Amino acid sequence: MTELTHLTIAEARDGLKAKTFSATELAQAHIDAIQKAKALNAFVLETPEKALAMAKASDEKIARGEARPMEGIPLGIKDLFCTEGVVSTAASKILGNFTPPYESTVTSNLWNDGAVMLGKLNMDEFAMGSSNETSAFGPVVSPWRREGSNVSAGASGQIEGTHLVPGGSSGGSAAAVAAHLCLGATATDTGGSIRQPAAFTGTVGIKPTYGRVSRWGTVAFASSLDQAGPITRTVRDAAIMLRSMASPDAKDTTCVDLPVPDYEAAVTRGVKGLRIGIPKEYRVDGMSPEIEGLWHQGAEWLRAAGAEIVEVSLPHTRYALPAYYIVAPAEASSNLARYDGVRYGLRENGKDIVDMYERTRAAGFGREVKRRIMIGTYVLSAGYYDAYYVRAQKIRTLIKRDFEEVYAQGVHAILTPATPSAAFGIGEKGSGDPVEMYLNDIFTVTVNMAGLPGLAVPAGLDSQGLPLGLQLIGRAFDEETLFAAGQAIEDAAGRIALPQPWWA
Amino acid sequence: MSVDEKTVRRIAHLARIAVTDEEVPHLQGELNAILSFVEQLNEVNVDGVEPMTSVTPMVMKKRQDGVTDGGYPDKIVRNAPATEDSFFLVPKVVE
Repeated sequence: MTELTHLTIAEARDGLKAKTFSATELAQAHIDAIQKAKALNAFVLETPEKALAMAKASDEKIARGEARPMEGIPLGIKDLFCTEGVVSTAASKILGNFTPPYESTVTSNLWNDGAVMLGKLNMDEFAMGSSNETSAFGPVVSPWRREGSNVSAGASGQIEGTHLVPGGSSGGSAAAVAAHLCLGATATDTGGSIRQPAAFTGTVGIKPTYGRVSRWGTVAFASSLDQAGPITRTVRDAAIMLRSMASPDAKDTTCVDLPVPDYEAAVTRGVKGLRIGIPKEYRVDGMSPEIEGLWHQGAEWLRAAGAEIVEVSLPHTRYALPAYYIVAPAEASSNLARYDGVRYGLRENGKDIVDMYERTRAAGFGREVKRRIMIGTYVLSAGYYDAYYVRAQKIRTLIKRDFEEVYAQGVHAILTPATPSAAFGIGEKGSGDPVEMYLNDIFTVTVNMAGLPGLAVPAGLDSQGLPLGLQLIGRAFDEETLFAAGQAIEDAAGRIALPQPWWA
Repeated sequence: MSVDEKTVRRIAHLARIAVTDEEVPHLQGELNAILSFVEQLNEVNVDGVEPMTSVTPMVMKKRQDGVTDGGYPDKIVRNAPATEDSFFLVPKVVE
């Protein structure tokens, strides 16, 4: 029998139903794997007792023939989701030991469908980062190593050598799924934070259409861009998990009142008759020939499976990233104003209330978060609002219009690379110029700006043996086409062999 | 556009973040790198373009203006650094 931690969600679900193993055995296998993987720093909080209690309840449900869609499936939860009675930090010191008295809608939906919580996953602080290096809990170590790399786990459980980053901000989610520490993980994506780490770790990640998944109870970064989605090891698993995460929600006015489709049924739909667009503006200077080659290969795979491939134009693509670095910090500066040392989290006393606010926020926020709050404050300040913020929102209209024009030509989905490169080493990017790190999101950020769904699917390895991903961008609320086309790529590329546990 | 040290201090104060003298030059450099990166947006002709207000075309949901939640002050203040009788405590603001 396959090791329990190496099952897909679909296989685990079928095995549980057939009583080949129990939910308790499945949870215990993952708890053991997490114990041996502390060097990866993927979890910021483990909840083994909770996992075993939830698994026991799942076993009872299964015994009574009442299994729900995610019954007994052990998951990791990004620490941006508030979990009732379980410390939730957004990987920031400013939240301290904040223990929510409520459960986010996404996690509520998962528990109502029978899923089991293994713990809370590391991430970039407030989801601001592309490498998981901004976490207050320290960086996550990617389970991937370059071929011939000397990275190893020393006797003390510490990593030796320069390790690779898992991407970010959902770095803990991607690393935990790739390292077989959970069958799937929740993640969030404001500019690429699901798709970039998925691409860096050979996993599948989908950012749904804005409004498909409730944002209630998820710590806010940039409210007009944030969406939650799953990271899994197969396209089918992403479809299963997204169906459980998504729902209408009266508590989030931006969450749509549309029924959630049976995404898993769409996985086997095939791509015959689909028209797939290849946007010429995504051929950027300095893109690695390997990425370019893989992109071409992906188009050929889809063509061979019956899709029609057409060249399309999205002329405002290059302006998406600079516009994002106005809109997202502006919204962040407003959202993060709530961390003031009064209602929850850290407080640093001062000589008066303003001094208390300033000391608290100086001590509680990390460098990247402060930088973004300050940029946001500046672009919203009197005299600069029109020049920066209003202009960026106009450009956002143009970016969305580009996509609308392409879809009006009968294009069903768009194929692009997921990232401009494979994973890089810790400390290699952004230490001098923050923009160097921001460029990681160049292919993903347009999708958030236009509110569209985007799926990252592993498509191959580069010459250093590291995974590379492709991205499929869909029409609003047409995640089903992405699952169908993503499965076609997964079938053609073959599932990527994930790393052996060198860290254990 | 770029910011000088005085502007960095002013923004930090507006954002209610204390900054040290050593931090100011670093922040200035980083903020200016970002501002110089976004400068390219000035190339785009945005005449007659409406700024985006909603990314997905949808009617905002409305609900009855009624109380649907609440009545648990102890839960609300449980995470606060300082409280008294279900109130948040802050330093004195009125003399």
